Parts: sequence; structure tokens; C-alpha cells
Amino acid sequence: MARAVTPTHRLIATTAAWTVALVIFFPVLWMILTSFKTEPSAVASPPQLFSADWTTENYVEVWSRSDYPRFFWNSVVISLGSTLLGLAIAIPAAWSMAFVPGKRTKDLLMWMLSTKMMPAVGVLIPMYLLFQRLGLYDTKLGLVLALMLINLPIIVWMLYTYFKEIPGEILEAARMDGASLWNEVLYVLTPMAVPGIASTLLLNVILAWNEAFWTITLTTTKAAPLSAFIASFSAPQGLFYAKLSAASTMAIAPILILGWFSQKQLVRGLTFGAVK
Amino acid sequence: MSTHSTRLAGRLMVAPSVAVLFLWMIVPLAMTFYFSFRLYRLLSPDRTGWVGFTNYKWFLNAPDFWLAIANTLALVLGVLLITVVLGVLVALLLDQPVKGQGPLRILVIAPFFVMPPVAASIWENLFMHPQNGLLAAAARGLGYDPILYLEQYPMSSVIFITAWEWLPFATLILLTAMQSLSSEQLEAAEMDGAGAFARFQYIVLPHLTRAITVVILIETIFLLGIFGEIFTTTQGGPGSASTTLPYMIYKQALVSKDIGRAAAGGIIAVILANIVAFFLMRGIGKNLDA
Amino acid sequence: MTISLRALLGATALCALSGAALAETTITVATVNNGDMIRMQGLMDDFYAKHPDIKVEWVTLEENVLRQNVTNDIATGGGQYDVMTIGTYEVPIWGKQGWLVSLNDLPASYDVDDLLPAIRGGLTVDGNLMAAPFYGESSMVMYRTDLMEAAGLTMPDAPTWAEIEKAAAAMTDKSKDQYGICLRGKAGWGENMAFLTAMSNSFGARWFDETWHPQFDQPEWKATLDTYLHLMNEYGPPGASNNGFNENLTLFQQGKCGMWIDATVAASFVTGKDSTVADKVGFALAPDNGLGKRGNWLWAWSLAIPTSSQKQDAAKTFIDWATNKDYLALVAAKEGWANVPPGTRTSLYENPEYQKVPFAKMTLDSINAADPTAPTVKPVPYVGVQFVAIPEFSGMGTTVGEFFSAALAGQISADDALAKAQTAVTDEMTAAGYIQ
Repeated sequence: MARAVTPTHRLIATTAAWTVALVIFFPVLWMILTSFKTEPSAVASPPQLFSADWTTENYVEVWSRSDYPRFFWNSVVISLGSTLLGLAIAIPAAWSMAFVPGKRTKDLLMWMLSTKMMPAVGVLIPMYLLFQRLGLYDTKLGLVLALMLINLPIIVWMLYTYFKEIPGEILEAARMDGASLWNEVLYVLTPMAVPGIASTLLLNVILAWNEAFWTITLTTTKAAPLSAFIASFSAPQGLFYAKLSAASTMAIAPILILGWFSQKQLVRGLTFGAVK
Repeated sequence: MSTHSTRLAGRLMVAPSVAVLFLWMIVPLAMTFYFSFRLYRLLSPDRTGWVGFTNYKWFLNAPDFWLAIANTLALVLGVLLITVVLGVLVALLLDQPVKGQGPLRILVIAPFFVMPPVAASIWENLFMHPQNGLLAAAARGLGYDPILYLEQYPMSSVIFITAWEWLPFATLILLTAMQSLSSEQLEAAEMDGAGAFARFQYIVLPHLTRAITVVILIETIFLLGIFGEIFTTTQGGPGSASTTLPYMIYKQALVSKDIGRAAAGGIIAVILANIVAFFLMRGIGKNLDA
Repeated sequence: MTISLRALLGATALCALSGAALAETTITVATVNNGDMIRMQGLMDDFYAKHPDIKVEWVTLEENVLRQNVTNDIATGGGQYDVMTIGTYEVPIWGKQGWLVSLNDLPASYDVDDLLPAIRGGLTVDGNLMAAPFYGESSMVMYRTDLMEAAGLTMPDAPTWAEIEKAAAAMTDKSKDQYGICLRGKAGWGENMAFLTAMSNSFGARWFDETWHPQFDQPEWKATLDTYLHLMNEYGPPGASNNGFNENLTLFQQGKCGMWIDATVAASFVTGKDSTVADKVGFALAPDNGLGKRGNWLWAWSLAIPTSSQKQDAAKTFIDWATNKDYLALVAAKEGWANVPPGTRTSLYENPEYQKVPFAKMTLDSINAADPTAPTVKPVPYVGVQFVAIPEFSGMGTTVGEFFSAALAGQISADDALAKAQTAVTDEMTAAGYIQ
């Protein structure tokens, strides 16, 4: 909103906004600070900030105690793989819903979303048995499929809301020029929807990265991602705040960094058709 | 190109999504439905058989069943209320002409990137812990006894933690919507002498209706199944004070190893989710011209 | 979809095959993330030097998650793990189901007769050793010698509950954030109920009478719960209903507890490098009430092989390495005697070097004082000191633990908690067919 503002207004708003943002961010910041303290310093009372014993020992210990690169790589493969596969299936579906809507399109969309409402714990054992019988247990492929299916409704919906905002005349024109259906999707529609696809991709990579129920339940070693890495550091014996903070920081750092660098794309697309 | 073949192609393009989602939904659901009528205890494999509605009866008569339903709804509604109200306020603030928009947005967005078990353990250990938490230290510094968040207010604490995780999501969507509001409209209103509050009430808020609907819809889908936050912090307690329906099912499935009962609970949860979905669609579906 | 899936699966299988040819035998070992197990992972060079043909993949998980995953695996015949870390509660139940491989054929150098009889008995089903103990534990009183001295008290080697209360009262100074006693309050059959069931034995209480009828309506349980609540409400830390083993260990290491009654393995942590009170800790047997039974438990984290494992020989080789006498010597040489996994072998306690460790004698005495076959004063139809070795116990124990945890949080009275426990357990036992 480009309205004239007084300097006072700007000052007050800036101060308030920064205060609020820092309050929201503070827990993450405190965790990162704690990860660089010695264990006794991490639980010292009153809490230590400037007087703390700073150390990087926690990271050294966490690193040496587990195979972080493998967990990290599994997280990358699973979150990216499930999202890309989801996009591949969802783009045609979203296209057709947006440009060839039937009477039931809205119902179909809502039904897709409703498949997400089943609580995971309710189908845990059936899913566990299925994965074992199909040989998908503890495989990256299994988790890629599972997380793809979990996030597919969101992907379809986000893309659909995007595609709908693309004016139909452009497609008409392409059709007049004799473009086939696939060419139309591939060369006309997709480039126009790149911001939407990018933000869909980002959001779903984040959701997949942070999924911590199926990823722990359906893996042992080969496919275990960072959520399992965290589960091996929670509730150990003795003073653990600093080490747990270090492990937590390592688990969320990659996605935090990705999110920070790409937040513009993420925000641009995070509208779900909410913007007219 | 005829409309007919376009339609056919359209169907074909939707088909894969619908097919895989249908399988993904129906196979586990059918198995769960089957197990819900069976005696199936993981650790007593020699005792099996059909038991009719016994598992359902057990679940519905369990002393903490209605509490779990109430807690599940409280969690969903509580988090929705906090994230929508605070989300609107934070979005309003970030929409002001402030210095450092970019860094600000990054700080606000950060909790969304934190894995739920990590978020829960940060709050439990570093903040709410009655001896070592920062909040306890703050209370003591001010001369008060530390509040026992997870013991005295377990459900509120879980709601608070979950709301912290979801606030960025709500804020971002609302902020994006707010920024698409034309400033001419607001300026015109200002010329007409509308105060800041009136402008918010009559122009900004109506403009946000769709965005709020989206926030409610997406968050409800995720919140109905919330489990990790409770598992990490209160384990459903003390007693069953913070037990939700998913957590109750978890206890049957993984602590008692009673798959039959857990399956019955799963079916009940699916029914509950469908009821919620029904009201959700009726209540706010019209805001989405999907 | 199906075809491509199968193709992908085929490809995965091919990769797995070619991988196996290079790496010889890879076994997957599931462990709990406690100090002794983590230490073992750091000593694997020794294993690889001796057995270059075996590669070990670790699955290290927090106790609750570990238990869920291995139970799901074994009960559905998943075969994902070759070695599982399980406890004294699981071994008899799983052994009876035929889910575990007998370890009777371990090499003679394993010296099975060297295992402590109480521990070995708990892991043996029908004459077959079903799991090899990695470390054994009982529970005992750990107390602050400096605070006792300041209060002008001395802790007897075998205190009564009355003496514990007196000491707790004398050491409590809430203004200094210092609490006389820290006990488990977090709900769970392996958390607060492990402590409370063991404690109830010393009050003469029992879970069931000889006909499997629950006994929570009896005065012995009332006395147990009342004493526990009184101790915790008067002298315990606030918010204790969320405190389990780890939380209390942290509090004790920070110097916030005068006494802590918990696992004997904690002794090496409270006297270890992370502890601020390492040189001020004394040990005593778990308290009694003059009824002939003490309130201490018996537990062993043990390594077992599921029958679904395809690599049982390699798994046995690993278990032998991880639990024999040489391993104890290896840890002693690298990390000192105090860090040796305790409570499994007679020879360890006969070793003069180990006898110098301050908590060695008290640990052995505590283990010997527990009798899983006759845990309490009156006769019982079950085996287990702080648990009842039936499949239904994990669920029931956790439910009862929730009631007692709610009582500790002040949500319900002790009488309500006991009445709810009695009803819930009666229902479960009837449904499970124990009560006709």
C-alpha cells in the first residue's frame, strides 16, 4: 500500500513489527544458542546468555554418534522425490479440473482433501502390514510413495487454484494455432504457472521434510530420514538439552536455509486462490 | 478439436490422481474396517476371532472417550482461533510501511520450518520445564512460583505449541491476501472519513474472507490428526487431561497392542472427521468458488 | 502403476543383491539410545577387527519408539532386525510365542554360568536362554552425602520408608530450589509404574491375587500410594507428574534432589562428568517397611534374535561379542571400570578392580535382593518384580500409571485413582479371559 506515511507511523510500525517477529522467532533462536552451550550451562539457573560456556562440542558429538549425511540424504530424496512425483501426477489433474471442469469437480477436490483427514495412527498397523507385504518397508521408494499420496491433495489444490487464474483466452489462442493438448499443457500453461508450481513444490518439500510419523514408523535404517535422527537423540540419559538442541538444529537447518532463500517464491504462491 | 475429446482427455488426466488416492484411502480403510470387528492383539496371536461390535463398544464406553473428543475439538478450534486472530494482526503489522520487510518475514516464517517433534521438545524442555525452562526462570526472576504448564494446563499448552507452529502459515496467507488489496479503495475510505477500525472492519476483513477460509480448511485437515506434539510433551496426561482421539488410538495400537480396538477407534475417527468435513464444507465451502 | 512399481522393486532388489555380495553379511541391530549402548557403538572397531565379514547397521531409537518398532516387527514377522534390544518384560512373553532364537548354543567362552542367577532366570524360557543380558539393573537410593551431613543425619545401608521421609524432610529447601526426594511421576508401565509396583511390594501389596483378581482395593495399595503422594507433594519437585527417569537424572545431576530412588545404572551418571554433585553421592538399598521385601526392581536390557532374522549366525556372533567378558574388559580398558555395563556377570563383581567402584557392591546387593518369582509378601500367580509378565500388562500398567500420575498432579484423589485402577484392570482381565 503506497500511501503517504509519517515518520512516526513508520517508526512505531517498524518497532512493533520487529518486536513481534522476534518473539515469534525467539524459541528457534534460543534452541540454536543452547546448542552452542555446554550441558551444565544450558540448564543453568538463571539462564545464561553472555556468561555462558560456549562450545561446538555438541555438534562434534552428535556428528560422531550418528551417520548424519545418510539421514540428510534420505530426507532430501524422500521430500524432493515425493513432491516431484506428486507434481507429475497432479499437474494434468489440476489442468483438467481448471479448464475442463465438470459438475463434480468441486466435490472431487473436496473428496481429495478429505482423504487427508483420516488420522494416521488409525491405519498404522494396516499400513505397516501393507508396506511389509509389498516390500516397501524401509525403502526410499515406499516413503516417496507414501508422502506423495499424503500431500497429493494439497498439491492438486494449490495447482488448481493457480491454473484457474490463467485466462482461458490464451489457451483458446494456442488451440487455434493447432497446439495439441499435451503441447498446450507443456508449452503454454506450465510456463505461465511456474511461480505457482514453484511455491507448490516448496511448500510440499517442507511438509514432507517435517513429516515425522510415517517416516519413523515405516523405516529402520536404509530409508530413515532426519525425523528418525531426532528420535535417536530425544530422551537419552542425563543432561541432554544442549545435545538435543544441536541435533534439532542440524535436523531443521537445511529446510530452514532453503525456506529462507526461497521465501519470496513460497509467499508468492502461497495463496490457494485466496487472492483475487 | 471437439469438446468431447477434450472432456475425455480431461478425465484421463484426472484419473491417475483419483485412482492412486482412492487406493491409498480404500485399502487401509477396508483393512481397518475388517480389523475393527476382530480380536487382534499383537502379543497374543493365538487368540483371534470375530467379536462383533465389542471393540466399538469398548471404545465408546471408555471413560476418557468423550474427553478425548472434546480435547480433539478444543485443539482444532483453539489453534484455529489463535492462528487466525493473531495471523490477521501480525499480517496487518507486516503490511505497514516497516523497515526490513524481507528479514521480518523470514523471522515470522521460521516456526513453520521446524519439525513438529523438535518444536514440541523446544517448548517442553527449554521453555515450559518447571525447573530448567526459561519461562520458569522468568517467573522466579519476577518473584513468582513457576507455572506448571504441562501439569496444570496440559491441553492449553499443547494448543499453544501447535498454534506457534501454524501461526506462520496463517500469517503468510493472510499477508499475501492483504497485499492484494487495492490501496485506492482504502484511500477513498479514508477520504470519506472512515477511521482505521472502520476501514479494517468494512474493507480489509471482507477482503480476507477467502484467505481465512483457506487457512481454516488446510489447518483443520492437519490438526485433526495431531499426535506428535502430544506424544513428545504430555503423553496425553496427566491422567487423560490432554488425550485426544488420535492419541487414544495410538495408546491402543502401540501401548496395549490391541489392533482390533485401535481399528475401531480409527473408524470412529474417520466418521468424526467426515462430520467435521461436512460442517466445514457447509459452513465455509461457499466462500471457495472452487 | 503396478507394473512400474514391480519394475522399480526389481531394480531395488538387484541393487540389494549386488550390495550384499560386496559387504558380506550386514546385520541390523536395534538399540535403545542409552549411554551404554551408545558407548558400544563407539567400540565397534574391535568387533570389525575380529569379524571383518560382518557389518553392523544400527537403529538407535528412544526407548518408547524402539519398543513400538521392534514389537510391530516381531509380531508381524517383519524380519527387519537381526538383533533387538529388549527388556526383561518382553523376553518371557516373546520367548513363549516362539518369536526368539534360543541362545543355548553360544560358544563355551561365553560362560553362561557366569551370568547373575536372578538376571539369567528372567531371560530363560523353558530352559532356553532367549536373550543375552547387556546390562542388568535393580533400583536403589541415591542420596547427597553433603546434604545429609548438613542435616545431621546418616543414611543407613538399608533404610526404611520412615527414615526416607525423615531424610527428605530434612533436605528440602524449596527457597533454594532443592527438593528432598525425586521420584518418577510420568505415566507409563516402564516409568512411574515400575517404581510404584516395586515400591508396593515393600508394602506387601500385589497386582493380583492367586486367581488373577486385581488388588488395588486393598489397604496395602492405599498405603503405598498415600506414602508416595505424601513424599512427592511435601518434598518433591513441582511438576513431577511429567518426570521420568531422564528428567530426574537431570535434576539430580544439577543438585536439585536430596534423594532419588531409581535404576542402579544411574549411579555411573550421577557420579560421572556431567554431574555437578559427582563427589557427593551415597548409595543405599531401596527402602522397606519391615515386611521382608524391599522396594527394588530387576531389569536387564538384553540382546535377542528374532526367529524372522535371516542372518542368525552373524547375529549370534555379534551378541557373543557384545555381552561376553572380553567386552567388559574392553570397556574397562578404554573408558574405566565405572563405565562397564553393570549387573550381568558374577566375575565382574569378584574383580578387585571393579570392587573399587563406589556403587558396585550396592548394585550387586540390590540385584540379589530382587526375586521375580516371589516379588512380594503374599503369593502371586505372575512373574516379575516391577511388572507382570503377561502381554496385557503394558496397556494396563500404562492406564493405571495415568491414574496415579493424575493423582500426583492433584487432579484426582488417591482413593479415586485406586478405584479407577481397580475397575479398569478388572475389565481388562475379564476381557482377556483371566477372570472367568
